[in-house]
Amino acid sequence: MTNLTDLSHRRSVGRTAIRRAAEAVATAIIRAAGWTAIVVLAAIALFLAWNSLRALDEVGIASILTGTSWYPTSDPGKFGAAPLVLGSLLVTVVALVVCVPVGLAAAVFLSEFAPRRFNEVSKAVIEFMAAVPSVVYGLVGVALVVPSVKSAFGLDSGLTALSGGIVLGIMALPTVVSISEDALHAVPSSLRHASLALGNTRWQTTYKVTIPAASSGIFAAVMLGVGRAIGETMAVLMLTGNAAVMPKTVLESVRTMTGTIAAEMGEVVQGGLHYSVLFVVGLILFVVTFAINLAADVVLERQRKRWGA
Amino acid sequence: MVTSLRSAVMSAFSAVVEPVRVEGGVLEEAERAATGRFELRSVSVAYGSETVIEDVTMNIPPQAVTALIGPSGCGKSTLLRCLNRMNDELGNVRVGGTIALDGQDIMAKNVDPVELRMRVGQVFQRPNPFPMSIYDNVAYGPRTQGIRNRDELDAIVEDSLRRAALWDEVKGSLKKHAFDLSGGQQQRLCIARALATRPEVLLMDEPASALDPISTQQIEDTVAELKRTVTIVIVTHNMQQAARISDQTAFMLRERLDQPARLIEVGETRKMFTNPDDPRTEAYITGRFG
Repeated sequence: MTNLTDLSHRRSVGRTAIRRAAEAVATAIIRAAGWTAIVVLAAIALFLAWNSLRALDEVGIASILTGTSWYPTSDPGKFGAAPLVLGSLLVTVVALVVCVPVGLAAAVFLSEFAPRRFNEVSKAVIEFMAAVPSVVYGLVGVALVVPSVKSAFGLDSGLTALSGGIVLGIMALPTVVSISEDALHAVPSSLRHASLALGNTRWQTTYKVTIPAASSGIFAAVMLGVGRAIGETMAVLMLTGNAAVMPKTVLESVRTMTGTIAAEMGEVVQGGLHYSVLFVVGLILFVVTFAINLAADVVLERQRKRWGA
Repeated sequence: MVTSLRSAVMSAFSAVVEPVRVEGGVLEEAERAATGRFELRSVSVAYGSETVIEDVTMNIPPQAVTALIGPSGCGKSTLLRCLNRMNDELGNVRVGGTIALDGQDIMAKNVDPVELRMRVGQVFQRPNPFPMSIYDNVAYGPRTQGIRNRDELDAIVEDSLRRAALWDEVKGSLKKHAFDLSGGQQQRLCIARALATRPEVLLMDEPASALDPISTQQIEDTVAELKRTVTIVIVTHNMQQAARISDQTAFMLRERLDQPARLIEVGETRKMFTNPDDPRTEAYITGRFG
């Protein structure tokens, strides 16, 4: 009798040890995966900075950011990236103007008004929109948006910041819609009921209570959409005409930072000054998108704390 | 054992409840009688194909407190939501029978539920202030009604907060965020918010169940004061609370899970708690089930 108890006791001790070991291994693997992501991010930043050193030393960050002439292949090369920064900015602003109203309206409809079945279908469609390769958006843009912009404004060429921005706005829609919708969903329904019980219509309730309560999440959605738009390369390369001059309106051809890197990287001397300047442009992009994502995260976290969701 | 429980409840009851008294003159009495009276006739409620409430017929007298009591899941809150048609918002809910407010059928096609809810306010189980200032919370309903004049709004906000017995605590800090208030204060803010649209009826769904005893006491005092001007229908699980604050009590019960809930008995609170007609009411009130 005592023997039996002893044995079973010993066995359970052995099992505990194995379980502990398995636990430790699993923890180590997960921790390693987490750290890998951080290390890779840091490595990218370091790599960009390292390759930028020559340009930062010979040209200087101030003259890269403020210079208005981008003639990298002339002798001596002119590396004023202001047209590129401005190009990215213009395209992004147009994208915002397109995707914020449409995306917010879609999110409000899906979260507050749409029947459940419609919701399921549209979720699938929106996820599919995010999965379409950007070159396909570029193709559709070339075939539809560019000629429309050309004829609508009577331009010589439809390859403009406006064309690129419109298509980018559509590409950023899935991000804006799904994150805004999550934010609206996180607003407790007790608030909606309180407003309805006070004699407000569903629409009044939506714009007076639900949207303000979800505003930080909606802001984060817009920031992430901006991040997506700034970073996009292929579609803008196909649609904006790629003239690296200072644009005055959105109806002119522009070249973005991403487009410049993609177009020129293949033709530069490795380790040369032009090569290094392109890395500076990449570094600027990295810093901007990193800052935008960080801001969005901070705001989202604040909303999460507020509603305890 | 049962007898002693019953006598305990009865003595607690007789200590705190006074008979309904008529205050004011003849005119005031006549005016009161005109507004905030509900008449329910054979009311039934179904969620999809399942009937959850059947055949409720009762009157809710104006300027008095009616308590709905009964065990969990007996449809008290559902019945309450019929009175301001909040069930419409839940979808897939069908309400049968007739419900009349001051003689007008509130389920008629030409009745706008949005307008009805300005006349029939609701306070919820948990305090649910909007994420805005105290002032804006109370001014929310009047602004919806189109009141923009600053002085008028100020007056409504002060009056509503006074009636909800919150004014003295917040008069210096109306701009403060509503979330900075305590739970009991938030609930009284919600009462003030509901009063600001000048409803004739105030529905309260277990308004004190999430609050501490002192806050509960304050809510009960507020209710006692409010019934002079509005009809109050309150759902409560707390038998003593029903005995303390209501003039009329309605007892609902779902006897079997596969059957809809019914109204077992409705009557003057004093009678319900001392000499109920139905043995099931007596059993529930004395704490034998539920």
